[in-house]
Amino acid sequence: MKLAGFLLLVAGGFIALTSIVVLPSSSARSGFMVAGLAVELVGLILVFRAHMPSKEERG
Amino acid sequence: MSLPPPAAVICGLLIVLIPFSLVGIALMNCGLGRSRSAAHIILSTMLVAATAAIVYVICGFAWQGFPGSPGYALVVGGKQWNWIGSGRWFLAGISFDDEPALLAASLGMFSAILAAAIPLGAGGERWRLAPIAASAALMAGWTFPVVSHWVWGGGWLAQLGQNYDLGIGFADSGGAATIQVLGGLSALSVAWIIGPRRGKYSSEGLPAAIPGHNMVFVMCGGFLAWVGWTCLNSAAAILIYGASPSRIALVAMNSMLAAGSALATTVLITRARFSKPDASLSANGWVGGLVASSASAAFMPPAAAILVGIVAGALVPFCIEWLELYLGVDDPGGAIAVHAVCGIWGLFSAGIVGRFPNAAPNQLLAQLAGIATLLGFVFPFLYVVNSLLNRFVPFRVAHDGERQGLDLHELGANAYPELAGHIDDFMPR
Repeated sequence: MKLAGFLLLVAGGFIALTSIVVLPSSSARSGFMVAGLAVELVGLILVFRAHMPSKEERG
Repeated sequence: MSLPPPAAVICGLLIVLIPFSLVGIALMNCGLGRSRSAAHIILSTMLVAATAAIVYVICGFAWQGFPGSPGYALVVGGKQWNWIGSGRWFLAGISFDDEPALLAASLGMFSAILAAAIPLGAGGERWRLAPIAASAALMAGWTFPVVSHWVWGGGWLAQLGQNYDLGIGFADSGGAATIQVLGGLSALSVAWIIGPRRGKYSSEGLPAAIPGHNMVFVMCGGFLAWVGWTCLNSAAAILIYGASPSRIALVAMNSMLAAGSALATTVLITRARFSKPDASLSANGWVGGLVASSASAAFMPPAAAILVGIVAGALVPFCIEWLELYLGVDDPGGAIAVHAVCGIWGLFSAGIVGRFPNAAPNQLLAQLAGIATLLGFVFPFLYVVNSLLNRFVPFRVAHDGERQGLDLHELGANAYPELAGHIDDFMPR
């Protein structure tokens, strides 16, 4: 889950930056930028879940 | 990059005062931790300052550069993406009479120190000295210079304006990205790698309250941070973004307004939720306002600074609670909520309320591109390098050392020798 989360973070970053290079109109850029950030958010949630303290770390 | 002589003198004086923010952070982290590790956190901050300063001068500035200095660029879609400086190590080749280059090096050094010191808040009471120094060296020698080159050194994020008509490019006139978000994301990676303090979470996963030992330190730290932040925001705006020295008055006013409105918001929220204002959360709210104002303090109207501060002041208590209660992240100093979350909010708000001179439209898009870069590339990198470092120099102190306190375990003496022992209220034996 941790690896998947970090891969999603990187993928979201690529989507966001590629939109600037590839797309000419600002509305299309904005849409893909938001999509990239949304993918990053999903990745962040996965990484957070993967790092919840285990039973051994508690107590 | 050139500066008229009065601006250079003023900029130099402002840079000299930036270390106040480091003292502020150190005092806040010290006060928010337990007394058994009080001296350790102050010594750690000094060690970070020493290591980061030396490493930055050896190689950091060479990779950071400043606007107009040489750099290595990739060509993407027919545009230059300048990604790293190509200066010489040990500041070689820089004339000591060349004011802008020397001022940029000096500002960069203090900024690198601050970025490296922020994670100390998240690793408090369990992070050993040796890995602290190693992590600071990595931050000042590589991560900070590269990100700073992208934003402050005329790199590809700063060039988004001229290459793709996105405002003035990614704007960060006081280090919200290069210092605050970078340090805050590093703090999150350290908190994950190192794990929570022993006794912080019950076997059911419920967090225990581990109160700080000195709220006076925390409050005074907030005041000192205010002075340092105002100087940092002013110096960077003049030196990197060519703001007129008369903007110092606006920066001072906006920094104060953002910090003040953030504090008032946090006081009201904690008063409404816990029936009395919470001192430690309110102090963190104050700093959160300063952090959020860093992105555009020199380029936003005072009314906008109040709005930026109010949102930052609301974000801090809720994020600290979420991180601790629901996400299992033990961050004694609140570094993640204050520096990463409020820094990202500040960068986003700069795209909405920032009034940058000669800016093309779509400034918000440039800000989002910067935020996506920080989260998508810089954060995974920080996690990986800190994890690798943890393999070679284990971050976490031994169980006994944590129980004794880092003062006694790592330094051999308590910060408060008159306190013969500690009552382990929170520590199962």
